[in-house]
Amino acid sequence: MKILVCISQVPDTSTKIVLKNNNTSVSSDGVTYVLNPYDEWYALIRAIELKESGIATEIHLITVGKADVEPVMRKALALGGDEAIRIDAESSDAYETAGYIAAYAAQVGYDLILCGKESIDYNNGTTGTMLAGLLDMDYIGFATDIQIESGAALVKREIEGGEETDTCNLPLVISCQKGVAEARIPNMRGIMAARTRPLKVIVPSKITAVTEILTYELPPAKAGIKLVSPDDMDGLVALLHTEARVI
Amino acid sequence: MSVIVLVEHTGGVIKKKNFEAVQYASQIAKKAGTTVTALVLGTVTETEMEGLGQYGAQKVLHIADARLDEFHARAYSSALVAAAEKETAKIIVTLHDIGGRMVAPRVAVQLKAGLVAGALSYPDTEKGFVIKKAVFSGKAFAYVNILSDTKVIMLMPNTFPATKQEGKAVVERLDISFSEKDFVVKVKSVNKVTGEVSLADAELVVSGGRGMKGPENWGILEDLAKELGAATACSRPVADSHWRPHHEHVGQTGGTVRPNLYIAVGISGAIQHLAGVNGSKTIVVINKDPEAPFFKAANYGVVGDAMEVLPRLTAAVRKFKEQHK
Repeated sequence: MKILVCISQVPDTSTKIVLKNNNTSVSSDGVTYVLNPYDEWYALIRAIELKESGIATEIHLITVGKADVEPVMRKALALGGDEAIRIDAESSDAYETAGYIAAYAAQVGYDLILCGKESIDYNNGTTGTMLAGLLDMDYIGFATDIQIESGAALVKREIEGGEETDTCNLPLVISCQKGVAEARIPNMRGIMAARTRPLKVIVPSKITAVTEILTYELPPAKAGIKLVSPDDMDGLVALLHTEARVI
Repeated sequence: MSVIVLVEHTGGVIKKKNFEAVQYASQIAKKAGTTVTALVLGTVTETEMEGLGQYGAQKVLHIADARLDEFHARAYSSALVAAAEKETAKIIVTLHDIGGRMVAPRVAVQLKAGLVAGALSYPDTEKGFVIKKAVFSGKAFAYVNILSDTKVIMLMPNTFPATKQEGKAVVERLDISFSEKDFVVKVKSVNKVTGEVSLADAELVVSGGRGMKGPENWGILEDLAKELGAATACSRPVADSHWRPHHEHVGQTGGTVRPNLYIAVGISGAIQHLAGVNGSKTIVVINKDPEAPFFKAANYGVVGDAMEVLPRLTAAVRKFKEQHK
């Protein structure tokens, strides 16, 4: 069984967002880039577990980006994975990203495609669904548990107010979130091994984005906190009613 | 040409957030000089569907196929594409919720349509078709222009309130032939947590952190939640220590909530936690440490011990409810 894991490089959670060029782009000065946590902790680690338990035979990691994403791909390889693929393009929307990955995946053929439920930079959570659409594959989103048995997946996924268990024959695209796997950190052996694993660079297929970001904006500063004495909870309730109008 | 909006329901009951989507779509249609058609799938009563007229839908397309009583992402996508084609709709609206997120992107690639996930504004048609959305987990907003002829908008729930007006939609039956592929994913079992307010839909949330000291102290937090009709949530360390179930974890690696009121009790406010809650309209922080970073992100703060403050707040809410009966 061959697994493709979709990886996105994102600014570290603690990054302070600074806008530049008249608010038309986000500054990368001093920004530390990391593996998107949902891709790493859940999708990639689950793929590795499936290989360790002998169910998966091969894991490929794929990303879309220029050469500057390679350190993050090496870090991903240090956790596990047999091969990394970088589609050499600067994508401007999920449609373009999904298009590049789908074109490559269609050529190779994968039994299972895993991605995180969303990336923490653009918070779309659309790439996995789009990939399934483009590849005419089935899709299960928001998985919290993934088991594979004799060519079929048994997947627990979040639904509103609970969870649902789905079954589906492979091939399948699944987006992963908390519960799918436990976070790990790369060990020395992995880091050494990652150095020699192949990182293929692929020329992108011809795809044009269907959206563009015109400008960015930072949220207005909070007006400032109102402190309420712990002895005056009636006062707090009154504020929530008359001022915030939430109760 | 019309605007089409996907309306999901839970066992035949249409929820408030779906009314928000219908009304949002109807505002867009009004501006474009066209009408709104709502797409309803599975078993729903005529009255429930006609009621969408109160939120601006002129017409409801109803695909009554009982297989659609269960959520099937692929079948729902096929249905939405078929309905959009029938209505020659150039604008398709869904919610940015679990169902919408499993359907809309598939529809978008099928129709080669640009999509905005988590729309926070109406499209600005002055300079194209520009919609605001949150990026970097709420640390910034982006103004996204959809370039394609057909456009898909996934509206963030709890962004625009739905207000009822006079109106009755005309229900029209639509029959489409699904392919076997549309039902390949089989639903084996559904496990709904009953009797509690669902976190994703909650307008009020009471959330606890390590400052609650242990799972045995959650009773007083649940008392407050019950009094308010709020859902309960928790921080990551609390879920990781198994004080609370994982589905209650909100933050960067857990769930995201956007309630009207988020009350954080004994949560320091790490940036990862804030990423999951900063879309909340009002934030109240209760913490005995006045230096807790969460106070910087809060609208109201109470410096005090949760064990003492919580019962007092619950009593105050009870008193308020008595007075406002």
